[in-house]
Amino acid sequence: MHHVLVDQWSQGSSPLHARDPRAKVLVLLIFLVALATASPNAFPTLIIYAALLASGILIAGLPLGGLLLRSMGILPFSLTFGLITWLAGDRWRALGLVEKSYLSTVAVLLLVGTTPLPRLLGGLEALGTPRLLVLMAQFLYRYLFVISEQAQHMRLAAACRGGASGTRRHAKFRAAAAGAIAVLFARSYYRAEGVHRALMSRAFSGRFALLNPLRFGWMDACFAAGVGALLVLARVQ
Amino acid sequence: MTPIIEVRDLHFRYEDGTQALDGINFTLHAGETVALLGANGSGKTTFVLQLNGILEGQGSVTVCGLAVNKQNLAAVRSKIGMVFQDSDEQLFMPTVLEDVAFGPLNQGCTPEEAIEKAKAALQQAAMEHALDKAPYHLSAGEKRKVALAGVLAMQPEILVLDEPTTFLDPPAQINLLHLLRGLPQAKLIVTHDIRFAGALAERAAFFEKGKLVADGPLEEIVRRFGWTYSDLAADLRYSAQRRF
Repeated sequence: MHHVLVDQWSQGSSPLHARDPRAKVLVLLIFLVALATASPNAFPTLIIYAALLASGILIAGLPLGGLLLRSMGILPFSLTFGLITWLAGDRWRALGLVEKSYLSTVAVLLLVGTTPLPRLLGGLEALGTPRLLVLMAQFLYRYLFVISEQAQHMRLAAACRGGASGTRRHAKFRAAAAGAIAVLFARSYYRAEGVHRALMSRAFSGRFALLNPLRFGWMDACFAAGVGALLVLARVQ
Repeated sequence: MTPIIEVRDLHFRYEDGTQALDGINFTLHAGETVALLGANGSGKTTFVLQLNGILEGQGSVTVCGLAVNKQNLAAVRSKIGMVFQDSDEQLFMPTVLEDVAFGPLNQGCTPEEAIEKAKAALQQAAMEHALDKAPYHLSAGEKRKVALAGVLAMQPEILVLDEPTTFLDPPAQINLLHLLRGLPQAKLIVTHDIRFAGALAERAAFFEKGKLVADGPLEEIVRRFGWTYSDLAADLRYSAQRRF
């Protein structure tokens, strides 16, 4: 499962993993703003940003190919909008849209792949994100496991009864898939109720406390200031 | 002796109108182990979910002298540890240590105290080697032990185990049995596994259609309701002879 793999990546140990999540979130914000405001044909800037991301991935010890491949998940969406923009006659903007969305996804995946989710959400909360939003993100992430597990069970059950074999193009298959999605939703709902019960049984009061409290040290400050400055310099050059 | 759990005239109806519990009276004393038996849908799990306020019915439920109501929920949930049938529902933190420390942190322990309690509970459950592992990488038996450790770390006075042998192979069942036998807490065990129940409990309560229809020595209950493993092979041979 995609999110399980990213979760494994986040458990690694590297100078990037060791940084306080707040420092990494700040750097990501600077990166996203700088990238979004860069001109679509400012290739040197985009190349520097891509090189910085690649360095980050290598320093973190994450698989470069795997991360770049997973970031392609954004392409169906950005290519659609890119194509529309291209057809409207704005080729540079179309190209920029695809490049920027892809680099943004790589950056976000690099952050998620080097920060365990509870710490990342703790960092976001410490930076002023409303607790309700953080809590929803935490549950959403947890329930992703629940839903994908349910989906896998259902797919297996369907395959055992001859489903999805050579009938993909048939209307009957589409109708069955639609029904399966409805069942998946209902089953996930009941399963999520179980998770909620388990949380409540362990005295959960609406806040995920961290086992290792966040500590923003001078190394984190240097990292945020240094990389942030580099990103701004590359943007204004 | 004052009971550690006291339930009086408990009724519960689900939103769809199903009467799940119908006038339950039950007591459990400190150190006692009771097996809750009955067919699927007879109300056993619904009953145990009332004990820590996950479900709220009509009637009186007292746990360690505390009435189970909104004011006492946090205290009650610290007294009664629940191990669910599906361990995957219970394990949701990235590492085993973080998951086991989740309960103590919610109880207000400092991170250092929570780690200490988590490590002690993992040692008790013979899972100290899995501290840094991701819960989804564990086997079913290991997951069950970690789920149990997560509850033990909260140092409850009562343990409730819902179908503890589900998904476990025989060696894992025996391991779990030894582990549970060594725990001093009072235990409520919801199970269909009579051998497992018999190895842990002397007393059983039998549920039928939302009613607690019998409460007494396990052997007697098992015999009375025919809730025992017969010689399945012999039964099948007998049925086959009669049919053909």
